[in-house]
Amino acid sequence: MKTGRFWAWVVFILGAAYFFIPLIATVEFSMRMRRGAYSFDAYQIVLGDPRFQATFMYSVVAAIFTIILGVLVVVPAAYWIRLRLPQIRPLVEFITLLPLVIPAIVIVFGYIRMYGSNSPLPFLANDTATNALLVIGYATLSLPYMYRAVDTGLRTIDVRTLTEAAQILGAGWSTIITRVILPNVLIAVLSGAFLTFAIVIGEFTMASLLNRPAFGPYLQNIGANRAYEPAALAIIAFAITWGCMSLIQILSRFAPKSANRPN
Amino acid sequence: MTDVSFPNQAIAGKTAPPSEARALRLPTQWIGVAPFFIFAVMFLILPTLYLMLGAFQNEAGEFTLENLIALSEPNIVAAYWISIKVSLASALIGAFAGLAIAIAIVRGGLPNWIRSATLTFSGVASNFAGVPLAFAFLATLGRLGLATVILNTLFGLNIYAHGFNILSFWGLTLTYVYFQIPLMVVIIVPAIDGLKKEWGEAAATLGATTAQYWRMVVIPVIWPSFLGTVILLFANAFGAIATAYALTGSSLNIVPILLYAQIRGDVLHNAHLGYAIAFGMIVITGLANVFYIWFRTRSERWLK
Repeated sequence: MKTGRFWAWVVFILGAAYFFIPLIATVEFSMRMRRGAYSFDAYQIVLGDPRFQATFMYSVVAAIFTIILGVLVVVPAAYWIRLRLPQIRPLVEFITLLPLVIPAIVIVFGYIRMYGSNSPLPFLANDTATNALLVIGYATLSLPYMYRAVDTGLRTIDVRTLTEAAQILGAGWSTIITRVILPNVLIAVLSGAFLTFAIVIGEFTMASLLNRPAFGPYLQNIGANRAYEPAALAIIAFAITWGCMSLIQILSRFAPKSANRPN
Repeated sequence: MTDVSFPNQAIAGKTAPPSEARALRLPTQWIGVAPFFIFAVMFLILPTLYLMLGAFQNEAGEFTLENLIALSEPNIVAAYWISIKVSLASALIGAFAGLAIAIAIVRGGLPNWIRSATLTFSGVASNFAGVPLAFAFLATLGRLGLATVILNTLFGLNIYAHGFNILSFWGLTLTYVYFQIPLMVVIIVPAIDGLKKEWGEAAATLGATTAQYWRMVVIPVIWPSFLGTVILLFANAFGAIATAYALTGSSLNIVPILLYAQIRGDVLHNAHLGYAIAFGMIVITGLANVFYIWFRTRSERWLK
Protein backbone atom coordinates (compact mmCIF):
# COMPACT_ATOMS: atom_id res chain seq x y z
CA MET A 1 0.00 0.00 0.00
CA LYS A 2 2.87 2.33 0.85
CA THR A 3 4.51 1.95 -2.57
CA GLY A 4 1.10 2.52 -4.16
CA ARG A 5 0.75 5.83 -2.39
CA PHE A 6 4.30 6.80 -3.36
CA TRP A 7 3.54 6.21 -7.04
CA ALA A 8 0.24 8.05 -6.75
CA TRP A 9 2.15 11.09 -5.48
CA VAL A 10 4.70 10.78 -8.28
CA VAL A 11 1.96 10.65 -10.93
CA PHE A 12 0.08 13.51 -9.35
CA ILE A 13 3.13 15.76 -9.06
CA LEU A 14 4.23 15.04 -12.64
CA GLY A 15 0.72 15.83 -13.86
CA ALA A 16 0.53 19.00 -11.80
CA ALA A 17 3.89 20.13 -13.20
CA TYR A 18 2.75 19.57 -16.78
CA PHE A 19 -0.40 21.59 -16.16
CA PHE A 20 1.01 24.41 -14.04
CA ILE A 21 4.26 25.16 -15.85
CA PRO A 22 2.53 26.51 -18.98
CA LEU A 23 0.24 28.66 -16.82
CA ILE A 24 3.15 30.06 -14.82
CA ALA A 25 5.16 30.60 -17.99
CA THR A 26 2.26 32.42 -19.63
CA VAL A 27 1.75 34.69 -16.62
CA GLU A 28 5.46 35.41 -16.52
CA PHE A 29 5.64 36.08 -20.26
CA SER A 30 2.58 38.36 -20.18
CA MET A 31 4.30 40.57 -17.57
CA ARG A 32 7.61 40.89 -19.40
CA MET A 33 6.50 43.71 -21.72
CA ARG A 34 8.35 46.49 -19.91
CA ARG A 35 12.09 45.95 -20.14
CA GLY A 36 13.79 44.85 -16.92
CA ALA A 37 10.68 44.90 -14.71
CA TYR A 38 7.47 42.95 -14.37
CA SER A 39 4.39 44.99 -15.24
CA PHE A 40 0.79 44.67 -16.31
CA ASP A 41 1.38 46.77 -19.44
CA ALA A 42 0.27 43.99 -21.78
CA TYR A 43 -3.03 43.65 -19.93
CA GLN A 44 -3.59 47.41 -20.02
CA ILE A 45 -2.95 47.55 -23.74
CA VAL A 46 -5.21 44.56 -24.42
CA LEU A 47 -8.09 45.72 -22.23
CA GLY A 48 -7.86 49.25 -23.63
CA ASP A 49 -7.89 48.06 -27.24
CA PRO A 50 -11.25 49.05 -28.79
CA ARG A 51 -11.12 45.96 -31.03
CA PHE A 52 -10.81 43.78 -27.94
CA GLN A 53 -13.90 45.37 -26.45
CA ALA A 54 -15.87 45.20 -29.70
CA THR A 55 -15.01 41.57 -30.55
CA PHE A 56 -15.45 40.42 -26.96
CA MET A 57 -18.90 42.01 -26.74
CA TYR A 58 -19.80 40.49 -30.11
CA SER A 59 -18.91 37.02 -28.81
CA VAL A 60 -20.76 37.57 -25.53
CA VAL A 61 -23.92 38.51 -27.43
CA ALA A 62 -23.44 35.54 -29.80
CA ALA A 63 -23.05 33.25 -26.77
CA ILE A 64 -26.25 34.56 -25.17
CA PHE A 65 -28.24 34.00 -28.37
CA THR A 66 -26.65 30.54 -28.71
CA ILE A 67 -27.81 29.64 -25.21
CA ILE A 68 -31.36 30.86 -25.90
CA LEU A 69 -31.53 28.93 -29.17
CA GLY A 70 -30.03 25.84 -27.54
CA VAL A 71 -32.62 25.92 -24.73
CA LEU A 72 -35.49 26.39 -27.20
CA VAL A 73 -34.37 23.42 -29.27
CA VAL A 74 -33.24 21.06 -26.53
CA VAL A 75 -35.62 21.53 -23.56
CA PRO A 76 -38.92 20.72 -25.34
CA ALA A 77 -37.33 17.74 -27.10
CA ALA A 78 -35.70 16.28 -23.97
CA TYR A 79 -38.93 16.83 -22.00
CA TRP A 80 -41.11 15.26 -24.66
CA ILE A 81 -38.86 12.23 -24.98
CA ARG A 82 -39.03 11.64 -21.23
CA LEU A 83 -42.81 12.06 -21.26
CA ARG A 84 -44.09 10.48 -24.45
CA LEU A 85 -41.41 9.13 -26.77
CA PRO A 86 -38.83 7.17 -24.77
CA GLN A 87 -38.46 4.86 -27.78
CA ILE A 88 -36.69 7.53 -29.85
CA ARG A 89 -34.19 8.38 -27.13
CA PRO A 90 -31.35 6.36 -28.74
CA LEU A 91 -31.86 8.20 -32.05
CA VAL A 92 -31.85 11.62 -30.38
CA GLU A 93 -28.80 10.76 -28.29
CA PHE A 94 -27.03 9.63 -31.44
CA ILE A 95 -27.87 12.91 -33.20
CA THR A 96 -26.72 15.00 -30.25
CA LEU A 97 -23.39 13.16 -30.30
CA LEU A 98 -22.83 13.83 -34.02
CA PRO A 99 -21.19 17.26 -33.46
CA LEU A 100 -18.45 15.40 -31.59
CA VAL A 101 -17.93 13.16 -34.63
CA ILE A 102 -18.30 15.70 -37.43
CA PRO A 103 -15.60 18.36 -37.06
CA ALA A 104 -16.79 21.98 -36.72
CA ILE A 105 -14.87 22.95 -39.85
CA VAL A 106 -16.84 20.40 -41.89
CA ILE A 107 -20.17 21.63 -40.50
CA VAL A 108 -19.40 25.25 -41.32
CA PHE A 109 -18.10 24.26 -44.77
CA GLY A 110 -21.47 22.62 -45.36
CA TYR A 111 -23.25 25.82 -44.29
CA ILE A 112 -21.17 27.96 -46.62
CA ARG A 113 -21.93 25.73 -49.61
CA MET A 114 -25.56 25.04 -48.78
CA TYR A 115 -26.73 28.44 -47.55
CA GLY A 116 -24.75 30.65 -49.95
CA SER A 117 -26.21 33.81 -51.50
CA ASN A 118 -27.76 31.90 -54.42
CA SER A 119 -29.46 29.21 -52.36
CA PRO A 120 -33.15 29.15 -51.35
CA LEU A 121 -32.08 30.03 -47.80
CA PRO A 122 -29.39 32.70 -48.36
CA PHE A 123 -27.91 32.95 -44.88
CA LEU A 124 -24.74 34.49 -46.30
CA ALA A 125 -26.56 37.27 -48.17
CA ASN A 126 -26.38 39.87 -45.40
CA ASP A 127 -24.70 40.44 -42.05
CA THR A 128 -27.74 39.80 -39.86
CA ALA A 129 -28.43 36.46 -41.52
CA THR A 130 -24.76 35.46 -41.26
CA ASN A 131 -24.77 36.38 -37.57
CA ALA A 132 -27.82 34.14 -37.20
CA LEU A 133 -26.00 31.34 -39.03
CA LEU A 134 -23.05 31.70 -36.65
CA VAL A 135 -25.38 31.41 -33.67
CA ILE A 136 -26.98 28.34 -35.28
CA GLY A 137 -23.55 26.81 -35.81
CA TYR A 138 -22.60 27.47 -32.20
CA ALA A 139 -25.87 25.92 -31.02
CA THR A 140 -24.99 22.83 -33.08
CA LEU A 141 -21.54 22.65 -31.45
CA SER A 142 -23.05 22.93 -27.97
CA LEU A 143 -25.80 20.37 -28.68
CA PRO A 144 -24.00 17.42 -26.98
CA TYR A 145 -23.36 19.40 -23.79
CA MET A 146 -26.74 21.14 -23.66
CA TYR A 147 -28.71 17.93 -24.25
CA ARG A 148 -26.78 15.98 -21.64
CA ALA A 149 -27.12 18.76 -19.05
CA VAL A 150 -30.88 19.11 -19.59
CA ASP A 151 -31.46 15.35 -19.71
CA THR A 152 -29.57 14.90 -16.44
CA GLY A 153 -31.70 17.63 -14.90
CA LEU A 154 -34.91 15.99 -16.10
CA ARG A 155 -33.81 12.65 -14.67
CA THR A 156 -33.86 14.06 -11.13
CA ILE A 157 -37.49 15.21 -11.34
CA ASP A 158 -40.63 13.17 -11.86
CA VAL A 159 -41.63 14.58 -15.25
CA ARG A 160 -44.81 12.52 -15.65
CA THR A 161 -46.31 13.30 -12.24
CA LEU A 162 -45.49 17.00 -12.51
CA THR A 163 -47.04 17.17 -15.97
CA GLU A 164 -50.18 15.30 -14.94
CA ALA A 165 -50.57 17.44 -11.83
CA ALA A 166 -50.26 20.58 -13.94
CA GLN A 167 -52.75 19.24 -16.47
CA ILE A 168 -55.26 18.43 -13.72
CA LEU A 169 -54.93 22.01 -12.53
CA GLY A 170 -55.71 23.16 -16.06
CA ALA A 171 -52.29 24.19 -17.37
CA GLY A 172 -51.59 24.22 -21.12
CA TRP A 173 -48.39 22.96 -22.70
CA SER A 174 -46.64 26.33 -22.74
CA THR A 175 -47.50 26.88 -19.06
CA ILE A 176 -46.28 23.39 -18.18
CA ILE A 177 -42.94 23.92 -19.90
CA THR A 178 -42.26 27.50 -18.83
CA ARG A 179 -43.70 27.43 -15.29
CA VAL A 180 -43.34 23.82 -14.16
CA ILE A 181 -40.57 22.02 -16.05
CA LEU A 182 -38.13 24.85 -16.78
CA PRO A 183 -37.90 26.12 -13.15
CA ASN A 184 -37.22 22.55 -12.04
CA VAL A 185 -34.39 22.02 -14.50
CA LEU A 186 -33.13 25.62 -14.35
CA ILE A 187 -29.91 24.64 -12.57
CA ALA A 188 -29.16 22.00 -15.21
CA VAL A 189 -29.99 24.42 -18.04
CA LEU A 190 -27.69 27.03 -16.50
CA SER A 191 -24.85 24.48 -16.24
CA GLY A 192 -25.27 23.74 -19.93
CA ALA A 193 -25.45 27.47 -20.59
CA PHE A 194 -22.16 28.26 -18.88
CA LEU A 195 -20.44 25.39 -20.63
CA THR A 196 -21.80 26.69 -23.92
CA PHE A 197 -20.51 30.16 -23.02
CA ALA A 198 -17.03 28.79 -22.34
CA ILE A 199 -16.98 26.96 -25.68
CA VAL A 200 -18.40 29.79 -27.76
CA ILE A 201 -16.54 32.78 -26.36
CA GLY A 202 -13.18 32.04 -28.00
CA GLU A 203 -14.38 29.88 -30.88
CA PHE A 204 -12.26 30.45 -33.96
CA THR A 205 -13.15 28.15 -36.87
CA MET A 206 -16.77 29.05 -37.53
CA ALA A 207 -16.41 32.76 -36.79
CA SER A 208 -13.38 33.02 -39.02
CA LEU A 209 -14.86 31.13 -41.98
CA LEU A 210 -18.10 33.11 -41.76
CA ASN A 211 -16.04 36.34 -41.54
CA ARG A 212 -17.62 37.45 -38.28
CA PRO A 213 -15.82 40.03 -36.04
CA ALA A 214 -15.76 37.62 -33.09
CA PHE A 215 -13.27 37.20 -30.24
CA GLY A 216 -11.64 34.04 -31.64
CA PRO A 217 -10.44 35.57 -34.93
CA TYR A 218 -9.30 38.65 -32.97
CA LEU A 219 -7.19 36.41 -30.71
CA GLN A 220 -5.66 34.71 -33.73
CA ASN A 221 -4.90 38.07 -35.34
CA ILE A 222 -3.17 39.40 -32.19
CA GLY A 223 -1.23 36.15 -31.91
CA ALA A 224 0.12 36.55 -35.41
CA ASN A 225 1.19 40.18 -34.92
CA ARG A 226 2.16 40.81 -31.29
CA ALA A 227 4.58 39.35 -28.77
CA TYR A 228 3.34 39.88 -25.19
CA GLU A 229 -0.34 40.63 -25.66
CA PRO A 230 -1.20 37.03 -26.68
CA ALA A 231 0.08 35.76 -23.33
CA ALA A 232 -2.10 38.29 -21.50
CA LEU A 233 -5.07 37.24 -23.63
CA ALA A 234 -4.40 33.57 -22.86
CA ILE A 235 -4.55 34.34 -19.13
CA ILE A 236 -7.77 36.32 -19.60
CA ALA A 237 -9.27 33.44 -21.59
CA PHE A 238 -8.21 30.96 -18.92
CA ALA A 239 -9.83 33.14 -16.25
CA ILE A 240 -13.09 33.24 -18.24
CA THR A 241 -13.11 29.44 -18.63
CA TRP A 242 -12.32 29.07 -14.94
CA GLY A 243 -15.15 31.44 -14.07
CA CYS A 244 -17.68 29.48 -16.14
CA MET A 245 -16.62 26.15 -14.62
CA SER A 246 -16.72 27.58 -11.08
CA LEU A 247 -20.25 28.86 -11.68
CA ILE A 248 -21.28 25.37 -12.83
CA GLN A 249 -19.80 23.85 -9.66
CA ILE A 250 -21.50 26.41 -7.43
CA LEU A 251 -24.81 25.84 -9.24
CA SER A 252 -24.56 22.07 -8.84
CA ARG A 253 -24.75 22.54 -5.07
CA PHE A 254 -28.23 24.01 -5.49
CA ALA A 255 -29.41 21.25 -7.81
CA PRO A 256 -32.12 18.95 -6.41
CA LYS A 257 -30.59 15.58 -5.58
CA SER A 258 -33.82 13.75 -6.38
CA ALA A 259 -37.46 14.72 -6.42
CA ASN A 260 -38.57 11.15 -5.82
CA ARG A 261 -38.10 11.32 -2.08
CA PRO A 262 -41.06 10.80 0.27
CA ASN A 263 -42.94 14.02 1.16
CA MET B 1 -55.89 19.03 -2.38
CA THR B 2 -59.70 18.98 -2.48
CA ASP B 3 -59.62 18.73 -6.27
CA VAL B 4 -57.95 15.37 -6.06
CA SER B 5 -61.06 13.76 -4.56
CA PHE B 6 -62.98 14.40 -7.79
CA PRO B 7 -60.41 13.69 -10.48
CA ASN B 8 -62.92 12.54 -13.08
CA GLN B 9 -65.13 15.59 -12.87
CA ALA B 10 -62.10 17.84 -12.86
CA ILE B 11 -60.79 16.31 -16.08
CA ALA B 12 -64.19 16.16 -17.74
CA GLY B 13 -64.76 19.85 -17.05
CA LYS B 14 -61.57 20.97 -18.78
CA THR B 15 -61.61 22.20 -22.35
CA ALA B 16 -58.79 20.09 -23.79
CA PRO B 17 -57.98 17.07 -21.67
CA PRO B 18 -55.50 14.56 -23.12
CA SER B 19 -58.28 12.07 -23.91
CA GLU B 20 -60.09 14.48 -26.22
CA ALA B 21 -56.91 15.30 -28.06
CA ARG B 22 -56.66 11.69 -29.20
CA ALA B 23 -57.95 12.53 -32.66
CA LEU B 24 -54.84 14.67 -33.13
CA ARG B 25 -52.58 12.10 -31.56
CA LEU B 26 -50.13 11.57 -34.37
CA PRO B 27 -49.18 15.21 -34.89
CA THR B 28 -49.16 16.16 -31.20
CA GLN B 29 -47.08 13.09 -30.44
CA TRP B 30 -44.26 14.57 -32.51
CA ILE B 31 -44.79 18.28 -31.98
CA GLY B 32 -42.51 18.46 -28.93
CA VAL B 33 -39.53 16.99 -30.75
CA ALA B 34 -40.25 18.71 -34.08
CA PRO B 35 -38.04 21.80 -33.45
CA PHE B 36 -35.17 19.53 -32.48
CA PHE B 37 -35.46 17.34 -35.58
CA ILE B 38 -35.95 20.30 -37.93
CA PHE B 39 -32.88 21.96 -36.42
CA ALA B 40 -30.78 18.79 -36.56
CA VAL B 41 -31.74 18.00 -40.16
CA MET B 42 -31.26 21.53 -41.47
CA PHE B 43 -28.07 22.47 -39.70
CA LEU B 44 -26.32 19.22 -38.95
CA ILE B 45 -27.39 16.38 -41.20
CA LEU B 46 -28.21 18.08 -44.53
CA PRO B 47 -25.04 20.24 -44.68
CA THR B 48 -22.95 17.13 -43.98
CA LEU B 49 -24.80 15.06 -46.59
CA TYR B 50 -24.45 17.94 -49.06
CA LEU B 51 -20.67 17.79 -48.73
CA MET B 52 -20.62 14.01 -48.90
CA LEU B 53 -22.65 14.01 -52.11
CA GLY B 54 -20.55 16.87 -53.48
CA ALA B 55 -17.48 14.70 -53.05
CA PHE B 56 -18.91 12.37 -55.73
CA GLN B 57 -19.81 15.12 -58.23
CA ASN B 58 -17.84 17.21 -60.67
CA GLU B 59 -18.42 20.89 -61.46
CA ALA B 60 -21.26 19.98 -63.82
CA GLY B 61 -23.00 17.94 -61.13
CA GLU B 62 -22.28 14.58 -62.75
CA PHE B 63 -21.26 11.52 -60.77
CA THR B 64 -17.52 11.01 -60.57
CA LEU B 65 -14.87 9.35 -58.44
CA GLU B 66 -12.15 11.76 -59.58
CA ASN B 67 -12.35 13.89 -56.43
CA LEU B 68 -11.73 10.88 -54.21
CA ILE B 69 -8.93 9.69 -56.50
CA ALA B 70 -7.41 13.18 -56.28
CA LEU B 71 -7.12 12.69 -52.52
CA SER B 72 -4.09 10.52 -53.30
CA GLU B 73 -2.06 13.60 -54.26
CA PRO B 74 1.11 13.55 -52.15
CA ASN B 75 0.42 16.78 -50.22
CA ILE B 76 -3.10 15.66 -49.29
CA VAL B 77 -1.96 12.19 -48.24
CA ALA B 78 0.79 13.82 -46.18
CA ALA B 79 -1.78 16.10 -44.51
CA TYR B 80 -4.01 13.15 -43.59
CA TRP B 81 -1.04 11.16 -42.36
CA ILE B 82 0.31 13.88 -40.07
CA SER B 83 -3.21 14.60 -38.77
CA ILE B 84 -3.73 10.94 -37.95
CA LYS B 85 -0.32 10.72 -36.28
CA VAL B 86 -0.85 13.85 -34.14
CA SER B 87 -4.39 12.80 -33.18
CA LEU B 88 -3.39 9.23 -32.36
CA ALA B 89 -0.27 10.22 -30.42
CA SER B 90 -2.06 12.91 -28.42
CA ALA B 91 -5.05 10.61 -27.80
CA LEU B 92 -2.86 7.73 -26.58
CA ILE B 93 -0.56 9.89 -24.44
CA GLY B 94 -3.56 11.78 -23.09
CA ALA B 95 -5.45 8.56 -22.40
CA PHE B 96 -2.67 6.75 -20.53
CA ALA B 97 -1.56 9.83 -18.59
CA GLY B 98 -5.18 10.67 -17.79
CA LEU B 99 -5.82 7.09 -16.65
CA ALA B 100 -2.73 7.15 -14.44
CA ILE B 101 -3.82 10.43 -12.86
CA ALA B 102 -7.38 9.18 -12.40
CA ILE B 103 -6.19 5.98 -10.71
CA ALA B 104 -3.80 8.00 -8.55
CA ILE B 105 -6.47 10.38 -7.29
CA VAL B 106 -9.21 7.73 -6.84
CA ARG B 107 -7.25 4.71 -5.62
CA GLY B 108 -3.84 6.12 -4.64
CA GLY B 109 -4.75 7.08 -1.06
CA LEU B 110 -4.04 10.76 -1.71
CA PRO B 111 -5.76 13.37 0.49
CA ASN B 112 -9.37 14.01 -0.46
CA TRP B 113 -8.91 17.64 -1.48
CA ILE B 114 -6.51 16.55 -4.23
CA ARG B 115 -9.28 14.55 -5.89
CA SER B 116 -11.77 17.40 -5.93
CA ALA B 117 -9.14 19.97 -6.91
CA THR B 118 -7.95 17.75 -9.79
CA LEU B 119 -11.50 17.20 -11.04
CA THR B 120 -12.26 20.93 -10.92
CA PHE B 121 -9.05 21.79 -12.70
CA SER B 122 -9.71 19.07 -15.32
CA GLY B 123 -13.09 20.60 -16.05
CA VAL B 124 -11.39 23.90 -16.75
CA ALA B 125 -8.38 22.59 -18.66
CA SER B 126 -10.43 20.28 -20.90
CA ASN B 127 -12.25 23.40 -22.11
CA PHE B 128 -9.13 25.52 -22.32
CA ALA B 129 -8.33 24.86 -25.96
CA GLY B 130 -8.25 26.78 -29.17
CA VAL B 131 -6.18 29.90 -29.76
CA PRO B 132 -5.34 30.79 -26.11
CA LEU B 133 -3.84 27.33 -25.53
CA ALA B 134 -1.46 27.94 -28.42
CA PHE B 135 -0.42 31.25 -26.82
CA ALA B 136 0.27 29.51 -23.51
CA PHE B 137 2.52 26.91 -25.15
CA LEU B 138 4.35 29.54 -27.19
CA ALA B 139 5.05 31.36 -23.91
CA THR B 140 6.28 28.08 -22.40
CA LEU B 141 8.13 26.19 -25.11
CA GLY B 142 8.59 28.82 -27.80
CA ARG B 143 12.10 30.05 -28.53
CA LEU B 144 11.79 32.64 -25.75
CA GLY B 145 9.42 30.59 -23.59
CA LEU B 146 10.01 30.22 -19.88
CA ALA B 147 10.67 26.46 -19.97
CA THR B 148 13.00 26.82 -22.94
CA VAL B 149 14.98 29.61 -21.24
CA ILE B 150 15.16 27.85 -17.86
CA LEU B 151 16.29 24.56 -19.39
CA ASN B 152 18.97 26.48 -21.29
CA THR B 153 20.29 28.68 -18.46
CA LEU B 154 20.01 26.25 -15.54
CA PHE B 155 20.74 22.92 -17.20
CA GLY B 156 22.57 24.09 -20.32
CA LEU B 157 20.03 22.18 -22.42
CA ASN B 158 19.11 24.03 -25.57
CA ILE B 159 16.08 22.04 -26.72
CA TYR B 160 15.90 23.92 -30.01
CA ALA B 161 19.49 22.94 -30.77
CA HIS B 162 18.44 19.34 -30.16
CA GLY B 163 15.79 19.51 -32.84
CA PHE B 164 12.75 20.37 -30.76
CA ASN B 165 10.38 22.89 -32.27
CA ILE B 166 6.99 23.94 -30.94
CA LEU B 167 5.89 24.27 -34.61
CA SER B 168 6.35 20.56 -35.24
CA PHE B 169 4.70 17.19 -34.78
CA TRP B 170 5.88 16.82 -31.17
CA GLY B 171 5.20 20.45 -30.34
CA LEU B 172 1.61 20.14 -31.53
CA THR B 173 1.14 16.75 -29.83
CA LEU B 174 2.45 18.07 -26.52
CA THR B 175 0.06 21.02 -26.81
CA TYR B 176 -2.97 18.86 -27.62
CA VAL B 177 -2.20 16.64 -24.63
CA TYR B 178 -3.04 19.67 -22.46
CA PHE B 179 -6.75 19.26 -23.19
CA GLN B 180 -6.66 15.49 -23.84
CA ILE B 181 -5.47 14.45 -20.35
CA PRO B 182 -8.13 16.42 -18.44
CA LEU B 183 -10.85 15.14 -20.77
CA MET B 184 -9.73 11.58 -20.04
CA VAL B 185 -9.69 12.27 -16.29
CA VAL B 186 -13.19 13.75 -16.34
CA ILE B 187 -14.61 10.78 -18.25
CA ILE B 188 -12.71 7.88 -16.67
CA VAL B 189 -12.97 8.83 -12.97
CA PRO B 190 -16.65 7.75 -12.76
CA ALA B 191 -15.71 4.41 -14.36
CA ILE B 192 -12.98 3.84 -11.77
CA ASP B 193 -15.39 4.87 -9.03
CA GLY B 194 -17.66 2.11 -10.37
CA LEU B 195 -15.16 -0.58 -9.36
CA LYS B 196 -16.68 -2.06 -6.24
CA LYS B 197 -14.56 -2.69 -3.17
CA GLU B 198 -16.18 -6.13 -2.85
CA TRP B 199 -14.61 -7.24 -6.13
CA GLY B 200 -11.13 -6.62 -4.76
CA GLU B 201 -12.02 -8.44 -1.55
CA ALA B 202 -13.60 -11.33 -3.45
CA ALA B 203 -10.53 -11.63 -5.66
CA ALA B 204 -8.26 -11.56 -2.62
CA THR B 205 -10.38 -14.23 -0.89
CA LEU B 206 -10.04 -16.45 -3.92
CA GLY B 207 -6.29 -16.01 -3.71
CA ALA B 208 -5.70 -13.60 -6.57
CA THR B 209 -2.55 -11.51 -6.56
CA THR B 210 -2.77 -7.77 -7.11
CA ALA B 211 -1.60 -8.26 -10.68
CA GLN B 212 -4.28 -10.88 -11.31
CA TYR B 213 -6.92 -8.63 -9.79
CA TRP B 214 -5.91 -5.84 -12.17
CA ARG B 215 -5.61 -8.08 -15.22
CA MET B 216 -8.82 -10.06 -14.69
CA VAL B 217 -11.13 -7.59 -12.93
CA VAL B 218 -10.10 -3.97 -13.24
CA ILE B 219 -8.94 -3.84 -16.87
CA PRO B 220 -11.95 -5.72 -18.34
CA VAL B 221 -14.32 -3.46 -16.41
CA ILE B 222 -12.84 -0.10 -17.39
CA TRP B 223 -11.75 -1.24 -20.87
CA PRO B 224 -14.91 -0.11 -22.73
CA SER B 225 -14.91 3.37 -21.19
CA PHE B 226 -11.17 3.66 -21.73
CA LEU B 227 -11.30 2.65 -25.38
CA GLY B 228 -14.34 4.79 -26.01
CA THR B 229 -12.58 7.79 -24.56
CA VAL B 230 -9.43 7.17 -26.63
CA ILE B 231 -11.59 7.32 -29.75
CA LEU B 232 -13.35 10.43 -28.51
CA LEU B 233 -9.96 12.04 -27.88
CA PHE B 234 -8.81 11.02 -31.35
CA ALA B 235 -11.83 12.64 -33.01
CA ASN B 236 -11.42 15.65 -30.74
CA ALA B 237 -7.85 16.22 -31.93
CA PHE B 238 -8.52 15.27 -35.54
CA GLY B 239 -11.09 18.01 -36.11
CA ALA B 240 -9.31 20.68 -34.07
CA ILE B 241 -7.87 23.55 -36.03
CA ALA B 242 -7.71 26.70 -33.89
CA THR B 243 -4.80 25.59 -31.68
CA ALA B 244 -2.75 24.31 -34.59
CA TYR B 245 -3.47 27.35 -36.74
CA ALA B 246 -2.54 29.82 -33.99
CA LEU B 247 0.53 27.78 -33.07
CA THR B 248 2.02 27.04 -36.45
CA GLY B 249 0.19 29.26 -38.92
CA SER B 250 0.08 27.11 -42.00
CA SER B 251 3.59 25.68 -41.55
CA LEU B 252 2.28 22.34 -40.28
CA ASN B 253 0.15 20.83 -42.99
CA ILE B 254 -2.62 19.03 -41.10
CA VAL B 255 -5.96 18.22 -42.75
CA PRO B 256 -8.15 20.82 -40.99
CA ILE B 257 -5.66 23.57 -41.90
CA LEU B 258 -5.58 22.36 -45.51
CA LEU B 259 -9.38 22.37 -45.60
CA TYR B 260 -9.43 25.82 -43.97
CA ALA B 261 -7.12 27.19 -46.66
CA GLN B 262 -9.22 25.50 -49.35
CA ILE B 263 -12.47 27.04 -48.04
CA ARG B 264 -10.90 30.49 -47.77
CA GLY B 265 -9.10 30.61 -51.08
CA ASP B 266 -9.53 27.44 -53.12
CA VAL B 267 -5.80 26.71 -52.86
CA LEU B 268 -6.31 23.33 -54.54
CA HIS B 269 -8.06 24.99 -57.52
CA ASN B 270 -10.89 22.48 -57.44
CA ALA B 271 -13.96 23.24 -55.32
CA HIS B 272 -15.11 19.63 -55.24
CA LEU B 273 -11.74 18.46 -53.96
CA GLY B 274 -12.60 20.41 -50.81
CA TYR B 275 -15.75 18.29 -50.51
CA ALA B 276 -13.65 15.17 -50.88
CA ILE B 277 -11.31 16.30 -48.08
CA ALA B 278 -14.30 16.95 -45.80
CA PHE B 279 -15.69 13.55 -46.81
CA GLY B 280 -12.39 11.93 -45.85
CA MET B 281 -12.48 13.60 -42.44
CA ILE B 282 -16.01 12.36 -41.79
CA VAL B 283 -15.05 8.85 -42.91
CA ILE B 284 -12.11 8.75 -40.50
CA THR B 285 -13.99 10.05 -37.45
CA GLY B 286 -17.00 7.90 -38.43
CA LEU B 287 -14.83 4.77 -38.75
CA ALA B 288 -13.32 5.52 -35.35
CA ASN B 289 -16.83 5.46 -33.89
CA VAL B 290 -17.72 2.22 -35.64
CA PHE B 291 -14.63 0.63 -34.08
CA TYR B 292 -15.69 2.02 -30.74
CA ILE B 293 -19.17 0.48 -30.97
CA TRP B 294 -17.73 -2.82 -32.20
CA PHE B 295 -15.18 -3.00 -29.37
CA ARG B 296 -17.77 -2.02 -26.83
CA THR B 297 -20.28 -4.70 -27.77
CA ARG B 298 -17.45 -7.26 -27.75
CA SER B 299 -16.21 -6.27 -24.31
CA GLU B 300 -19.74 -6.04 -22.93
CA ARG B 301 -20.41 -9.57 -24.10
CA TRP B 302 -17.16 -10.61 -22.46
CA LEU B 303 -18.25 -8.98 -19.21
CA LYS B 304 -21.46 -11.03 -19.12
